[in-house]
Amino acid sequence: MATLTASAPRPALPGALKRPAVRKLLLLAVAAAVLVPPASARWASGGWPAALTVDVSAPLERAGDWIVDHRDSHPLFLYGLGHVSNAVVLAVRAVYLTLLAAGWAGVTALGALVAWRVAGVRLALGTAAAFLACGALGMWVPAMQTLALMVVAVVASVAAGALLGLAAGLSDRMDRALRPVLDTMQVLPAFAYLLPVVLVFGIGVPAAVLATVVYAAPPMARLTALGLRGADQEVLEAVESLGATARQRLLTARIPLARTQLLLGVNQTIMMALSMAVIASVIGAGGLGDRVYQALASVDVGAALAAGIPIVLLAVVLDRVTGAAGERTGAARRAPAAWALALLAAVAAVVAGRLAGRPDWPDAWTADIAGPVNRAVGWMTAHLYSGVPVVGGTADWAGRFTTWVLDPLRAGLQGLPWWSVLLAVAAAAWLIGTWRTALTAVCAMAATGVLGVWRPSLDTLSQVLAAVAVTLVAGFATGVAAARSDRFERLLRPVLDVFQTMPQFVYLIPVVALFGVGRAPAVAAAVVYALPAVVRITAQGLRQVDPAALESARSLGASGFQQLRQVQLPLARPALLLAVNQGVVLVLAVVVIGGLVGGGALGYDVVFGLAQGDLATGLVAGAAIVCLGLMLDRVTQPTRRRPRKGA
Amino acid sequence: MFRGRITAVLAVLALTTGCGAADMTRQASPFANAQGARTVTLSVPSWVGAQANVAVAQYLLEHELGYHVDTVQMDEVPAWDALSQGRIDALLEDWGHPEQEQRYVEEKRTVVRGGDLGVTGHIGWFVPSYFAERHPDVTHWKNLNKYADRLRTAESGGKGQLLDGSPAYVTNDKALVKNLKLDYQVVFAGSEAAQITQIKQFAKEQKPFLTYWYTPQWLFEKVPMTEVRLPPRTEGCDADPEKVACAYPHTPLQKYLNADFAKRGGEAAAFLKRFRWTTEDQNEVSLLIADRKLTPEQAAEKWVDGHRSTWKRWLP
Repeated sequence: MATLTASAPRPALPGALKRPAVRKLLLLAVAAAVLVPPASARWASGGWPAALTVDVSAPLERAGDWIVDHRDSHPLFLYGLGHVSNAVVLAVRAVYLTLLAAGWAGVTALGALVAWRVAGVRLALGTAAAFLACGALGMWVPAMQTLALMVVAVVASVAAGALLGLAAGLSDRMDRALRPVLDTMQVLPAFAYLLPVVLVFGIGVPAAVLATVVYAAPPMARLTALGLRGADQEVLEAVESLGATARQRLLTARIPLARTQLLLGVNQTIMMALSMAVIASVIGAGGLGDRVYQALASVDVGAALAAGIPIVLLAVVLDRVTGAAGERTGAARRAPAAWALALLAAVAAVVAGRLAGRPDWPDAWTADIAGPVNRAVGWMTAHLYSGVPVVGGTADWAGRFTTWVLDPLRAGLQGLPWWSVLLAVAAAAWLIGTWRTALTAVCAMAATGVLGVWRPSLDTLSQVLAAVAVTLVAGFATGVAAARSDRFERLLRPVLDVFQTMPQFVYLIPVVALFGVGRAPAVAAAVVYALPAVVRITAQGLRQVDPAALESARSLGASGFQQLRQVQLPLARPALLLAVNQGVVLVLAVVVIGGLVGGGALGYDVVFGLAQGDLATGLVAGAAIVCLGLMLDRVTQPTRRRPRKGA
Repeated sequence: MFRGRITAVLAVLALTTGCGAADMTRQASPFANAQGARTVTLSVPSWVGAQANVAVAQYLLEHELGYHVDTVQMDEVPAWDALSQGRIDALLEDWGHPEQEQRYVEEKRTVVRGGDLGVTGHIGWFVPSYFAERHPDVTHWKNLNKYADRLRTAESGGKGQLLDGSPAYVTNDKALVKNLKLDYQVVFAGSEAAQITQIKQFAKEQKPFLTYWYTPQWLFEKVPMTEVRLPPRTEGCDADPEKVACAYPHTPLQKYLNADFAKRGGEAAAFLKRFRWTTEDQNEVSLLIADRKLTPEQAAEKWVDGHRSTWKRWLP
């Protein structure tokens, strides 16, 4: 019982006491020595003590029933939320009808011409190719449905995010209130958002759009606030000295100066909206995500890919075009004559398309890729699944990974006394952050116990830890390689782009085909999903290391490996820590979705809650996922001591 | 000026949203009735048998009656809610949800019964026939414990594995394992797709397995399976979900329609009420979709070509 307390470095030398890490651990050990004996004497048990749980399922069920029974009669719904829902339906419908009316030629031309004006000829061609591919894969109508939903969700997210960001950027108090909320929202898995909106709005497009907005608005708000706060003070003072009013200052100086951040915010919002629009197919969003979901239900990897490719193409194009909009400034884009020309050409395309009588994509021009893809997948499963000589099949690996890594890890975590888990969380969070982040992490972890889902939470945690370990090893190795070789990075970049924008759903079926059902495929999907971000951040961090430091190391005759180990890695430490943090957050998001392929634990409870309309189970699991996300984020997020501003 | 604009915006909003109350339980899908087409929205459940219903209904509605059909993938319980709200018009295959039926059909009257589908569903535990032939006694629940160690997997720990499918489906398996004192662990594949993949893999290697499964199901044509006998049903034996210790019932599958749609849906509603076919018909279409990898539309077309006399009777 007191093992952990004893193992703390109590007989520390006075010299060591000066190191903050040692001081923190020592304090924690003292606190533990005081608190643990009475707590463990009072509630002695392996798992979370039953006396400390609160049963929330009964009130949750009552709330759910009340909403369903009063949704068509209570004024709150009739005069409040009903209008919200109605406005969403009308807006999505208007956009959808416009897109359909423009026809495939019109939409393609418009997209390409906007891309041309904003980002240049190459991206214009790419955009046109992406739209044509949607049609060629037989996905034109679903693509337009997704696009309509996205347009509405993105506009709403950008508006809401910009307003919140404006408030946070101009008022310190708003900033302090909003920042923790936004930070938290950013680390939550998309899955956790679905259930509450379904409860209020029911299955369908309004719920999907609102879930998307809630998911996609935070980056816009964060980046807007960041941009406004980061404006050059000297410029502002200069503007002020010219006698500009507060509003003039905002409109003429601060917002234009924050332009890069604002556009980056729009870019991130679009990307997050797209990924959510796919997941929201679980709650009736329709469109491309729904096609992926339907195909997965019949283990049809080919059909899933036919719907997944348009999503990826749209994602890459939207990412590059909005990204380029942020980078390109200056006169080229402002030329009104060229814009007019582009507009004219687009209208001409619409008219031509309608005159030709072909607003819908012609059926004859579609290609069937599902067949060949499924044959390839079939071959892979037939030959790689098990009994491969020497290395063994993928199913054997999965079995071994489960038996030798996941099982012991889970058994170990669940076998630990509850207070020791909390203590470990506190120690990890405090070492890297402040006492405040440590407290948040401990409270979040404890909350999972209070909600009565201690064991499943630790099960999920064990999967996350295993996946993060694999991701970091593979990610750092690849990242280092990419940082050292330009050629390798050029090869890697498009691969990373594609993998980062793939809908999480698509990962699930190939991993099931390769690894069978269970926790191993969930972990595998999480690793593949989180890897690109880790690789990218690592490579960027290493590349941004001060060239002067590298140069001096080289002049001292350091070998390549020495440069890496002694100069680049230490200097890139913040980036590496960020990579860890991102890896953890992304892994959690997919491990949770792994509930769909036998990952069990919290993810399964959420799926169960959605599928059975069992609010109590689903919301409690969702809340526990939120807590886990919060805890993992705080444990891995290095907090720089912020300049104290009265806080 | 600024305030004037806000008032104008509010006025437009109020006008477009119909002044005052907005009942979100009567809002159709934004993708319905696009470009003047008459639209029917059907829910597609995640299992292929029900997709076969929808595929054939969709094909006939589109080609014989001139409707446009939108389909949305949904799980069973949420589909009831969507049906009540009018976001979907009809549910073609329901496996029995007494609680939802009570709420929406009896109390709120937003959903009406649409009659039998003609197919009888049955849930049970199954072992592959190649295993049952070698060990005939495995098909009785009392002998299952003898085989527990042969059915062990990495996921089931030290016990035998009982493979369950999607969380959306009706299941008493955890209670059954406990109440029948079986040395088994229920492992949820998480989705039917995952479960089918797993079963196919087992079958390819001729390995034994025990799974939750149901008929009618196309997979039986690919992987022959034999049902394990569970204790016989008695009146009310599954009333308390915790205490269930008997087999699953045989359920005549039902259709349900949104109440408004049933009244005002015209030909489409009349057609869907009459839609009624057999287990063999459904399996034929399911197999074309799931195993031959035809698109639902192609599969439906193939079936429709060969069964004119069956579907002629459904047309209003």
